[in-house]
Amino acid sequence: MSKVLMKGNEAICDAAIRAGCKAFFGYPITPQNEVPEYMAKKLADAGGVFVQAESETSAINMVYGAAAAGVRVMTSSSSPGIALKQEGISYLVGADLPCVIVSISRAGPGLGGILPGQGDYFQSTRGGGNGDYYLPVYAPFSIQEAMDLVFKAFDVADEYRTPVMILADGMLGQMMEPCEPIAKKPNITDHKWAANGQADKRDRNVVTSLSLKGEILEEMVERRFKTYEEIKTKETMVDNRVQDGDEVALVAYGTPSRIVLNAIEMLKEQGIKAGLIRPITLWPFPYADFQNLPSSVKNVVVCELSMGQMVEDVRLGVNGKLPVHFYGRTGGMIFEPEEIAEQVKKIVGGGK
Amino acid sequence: MISEYTAKHRLTFADNLCKGCDLCAAACPKKIIKMDKTRVNAKGYNPAMCFDIENCIACGICAKICPDSVIKVERDV
Amino acid sequence: MAKVVYEKSRGLTDNPLSYCPGCTHGIIHKLVAESLVELDILERTIAIAPVGCSVLGYDYFNCDGVQASHGRAPAVATGIKRTNPDKIVFTYQGDGDLAAIGTAEIVHAAHRGENMTVFFVNNAIYGMTGGQMAPTTLIDMKTSTSPFGRQLEGTGQPILVSEMLSQIPSVYYIERVAAHDIPHLTKAKEAIKKALQNQVDGKGFSMVEILGTCPIGWAKTPADAMEFVKEKMLPYYPLGVYADKASNAGQGEVK
Repeated sequence: MSKVLMKGNEAICDAAIRAGCKAFFGYPITPQNEVPEYMAKKLADAGGVFVQAESETSAINMVYGAAAAGVRVMTSSSSPGIALKQEGISYLVGADLPCVIVSISRAGPGLGGILPGQGDYFQSTRGGGNGDYYLPVYAPFSIQEAMDLVFKAFDVADEYRTPVMILADGMLGQMMEPCEPIAKKPNITDHKWAANGQADKRDRNVVTSLSLKGEILEEMVERRFKTYEEIKTKETMVDNRVQDGDEVALVAYGTPSRIVLNAIEMLKEQGIKAGLIRPITLWPFPYADFQNLPSSVKNVVVCELSMGQMVEDVRLGVNGKLPVHFYGRTGGMIFEPEEIAEQVKKIVGGGK
Repeated sequence: MISEYTAKHRLTFADNLCKGCDLCAAACPKKIIKMDKTRVNAKGYNPAMCFDIENCIACGICAKICPDSVIKVERDV
Repeated sequence: MAKVVYEKSRGLTDNPLSYCPGCTHGIIHKLVAESLVELDILERTIAIAPVGCSVLGYDYFNCDGVQASHGRAPAVATGIKRTNPDKIVFTYQGDGDLAAIGTAEIVHAAHRGENMTVFFVNNAIYGMTGGQMAPTTLIDMKTSTSPFGRQLEGTGQPILVSEMLSQIPSVYYIERVAAHDIPHLTKAKEAIKKALQNQVDGKGFSMVEILGTCPIGWAKTPADAMEFVKEKMLPYYPLGVYADKASNAGQGEVK
């Protein structure tokens, strides 16, 4: 398929429709409005339904309904809106329902601002909802990758019966890049568990997250955590560009990792060899890549558009073997490559 | 546990579903139902019973008001 | 030749109900279940259970079931119905669920004219959590969070859901009925059936508000609780049709 020029938010929708998404429920919030707008325009033609909900809470519960009925469904929002969706996300997990949640994050906390931010790493990977759970979180760094990951997210959601989150920041949502629309067919499965009113053809189906018996609920949660182990083994994704000889490993995810790549180029010109590790799945986190760094690496520097959240996972991965440093900007401010290069130079002891 | 009371009409009580709430007895126009204080069902309640089936008119009111679907009513057995 | 006057509906499962003795939920469940069977829609129905006493509704209605989070049943129903327009979707919600935490969801499902059916059981209290004050609790009624009786000042007048929702232009049908005696149950079942038939016919949003009891929460015997509905609930919550586009009935034309 030939390349087209698309805005990130629109590319996400294009991939979703190609993945067989048949329902979208959303609520306006900057900087993700192009997603519901695109779906309002295009989803009906693809045989799907679009509903603008009265709130993010309602939107995620509509997602819960459509998912319970076995339909491929998506919602999108941004930071405070994702906070509102947490109740529904916890219920989706508790009822083992697949869906895709797109989070185009902005700076917080509270109403914060509408500029890009990465302060929602904890919100995405640790959950804001109640109970023991995780969900796969994909962090694309280009529009092509956003397309690929959204398409993949629907299959992963179905395969493991879990909500899947796409975490992108406002930059990715708003920028335009040439990309190649997905040409392959989605792997749509028949959900025999779906409560879709076909009790004339099978036993009646019930979708619930409730279990009043402790031993049964424990069993349900433990079974889910077994699935999480399988997801960790099969679905962890990382773009690890650290090579033997690099003395610094720079860690970033999403669009800020592109700025870090520029910083790495600058450092190279100044005689400092650095490589990027870019987690693509934030959960499951690619811990192993931090346990198997080349012996040349003496320092790890984590760069985030936050006060430092992913840095905690990096420290878990490095496990005390190396110093882990952090550099970040927040409030919607975006670091420049020069700033990062400067930080790295300070850490490694100046240019050589 | 099923209790049957048969004369012209028949009342069948699924005793173990009964919670002894008394709504059937209160609603019965012939006042021929009461909670059986001599028995305790699996749930621990005194279940409903008919003590005068001869006077039953098979109106179905006891069964309709019962929240737990305990009673079946048959006319002209 | 024996004729069955009444027996348990196949619209209900064989699971024993978890409700307290004499609770009207069981009676209202029967009316809904019987209506689903009589309209021959049971097998293509999806029941949405709320949070509250009827949270286990999916264990009792003999059709597909989905449990929703507190107050969100109309949103969940929207998600199901929009993606399965040929199926029948109903929510079964209590007054804490629908009239407090779920006001946004019910108002907007009605506002969008969703082709769904809502059964709203109003027993003027939070039953499941132990008898706390609900928005529907009557003035002077004692509950565990209005221990001296509900006061107008600070808690407001009990909320009139049917009256309120009937103001929404897209609503097709709203009726308030009661479940305290046989004549009213007969009327309640007619309303329940009509609300489901409306959905079968693609008419849009239908809701039946059913006044019920909470004998334990009200600290009354089940029979006395039925009397309380008659004596105290009916004067404040007038029965009747609040909206019906089929007959152009509306508020002010209460039967």
